[in-house]
Amino acid sequence: MAEGKVDPVHQFTIEPLFGTDHWSIAGYNIAFTNSALWMAITAIVLLVFVGGGAKRQLVPGRWQMAVEGLTGFVDNLLKSNIGPAGRKYLPYVFSLFTFILFANLLGLLPLALVGLHPFTATSHFTVTGVLAILSFSIVLIVGFAKHGLHFFSLFVPHGTPVLMIPIIFPIELISFMVRPFSLGLRLFVAMMAGHVLLEVLSGFVISGTNAGALTFGIAALPSFLLMIGICALELLVAGIQAYVFALLTCVYLNDAENLH
Amino acid sequence: MPQIAQLATTYASQVFWLLVFFGLIFFVIGRGMVPKVMATVDQRDKQIADDLSAAEAARAAADAEEEAWRVQENKRRAEAQALIATAKAEAASTTQASLDVASGKIEQTVSAAEARIATARDAALTEIEGVAASAAQDIVSRLAGLSVSAEQAQGAVKGVLANG
Repeated sequence: MAEGKVDPVHQFTIEPLFGTDHWSIAGYNIAFTNSALWMAITAIVLLVFVGGGAKRQLVPGRWQMAVEGLTGFVDNLLKSNIGPAGRKYLPYVFSLFTFILFANLLGLLPLALVGLHPFTATSHFTVTGVLAILSFSIVLIVGFAKHGLHFFSLFVPHGTPVLMIPIIFPIELISFMVRPFSLGLRLFVAMMAGHVLLEVLSGFVISGTNAGALTFGIAALPSFLLMIGICALELLVAGIQAYVFALLTCVYLNDAENLH
Repeated sequence: MPQIAQLATTYASQVFWLLVFFGLIFFVIGRGMVPKVMATVDQRDKQIADDLSAAEAARAAADAEEEAWRVQENKRRAEAQALIATAKAEAASTTQASLDVASGKIEQTVSAAEARIATARDAALTEIEGVAASAAQDIVSRLAGLSVSAEQAQGAVKGVLANG
């Protein structure tokens, strides 16, 4: 990279690692990329975190308290949105929430200081889209398995006048079909925007500092201060986006489970 | 934007590895560990609830015990009061009876004494009459040289005595 030139979207580039370019199944390339590596790291960190807390002690230690707090948080989310029937979705929603949360947070780690480049898997819509389609598929499967064709009454809200049904039905259907897109794109856009913003600001800091004392004062220093604030904001966004994804999945599951 | 520029060449790898690692998380953590963690939490909640209800039951039992004790204590106290009242009444009636007996005895003694006194006085009066009559007889015979019969003297004395 040329000095003072920072490509803000370079961080999202997917690179095959360890010479696995040619790996493929049935003609589909499945190279182990940096994205896959960070998903693996996410899985391992999560495994260590939850595994360390699954000690099953009656009087919990700090670590166990932290894990129980996290599971309890997701359990409450399900309970308040779906009710007691929400317990069976806990494994899925917990996996979803923690995977997104850990992937978001790991992507924000300042590992570039030691020469590593963190990669945020959730900043790719191929990843968030698959998660969104998973959630949407579960909603569809549960909805049709539980209510059969009666599930279509979801698109006719309670108390709709008969005259309005032909208009309301397509509107509700479209808003329902848009759900997987909004779910996947929201997370992808939020993560990408934050990382691009940080990268652009860091570009200002680098070129401003290189261009002399004046530009350091008027461009680099304010950008650096702004970056500190935005880093904090990004940590918040990482949590909020994971929460929003899990919460919306719960809300949609509630539609399928309880149907109005 | 690499997300779009690299879409065609990387989507299969992205989807594949996401499913691998998300599946790992789902099956190992979500289905394997989370239920255990939740079971521990539920068990702890249940134990706390049980302990609380046991404590509540023990408190209720203690309250009932205290109430029973209080009732018994009140009964005992009432019994004791009744016993004291009976004893008091008994003592009072006994005292009254012995007082009655004593006062009867005293009355008897007093009336006997009074009768004795009356008898003595009568006797004394009779004696005085007799003495006065004989004295009057004597005086009359000495002074007037008259011999007066005893009956006359006595009648005179009685008349004087009766007049005061």
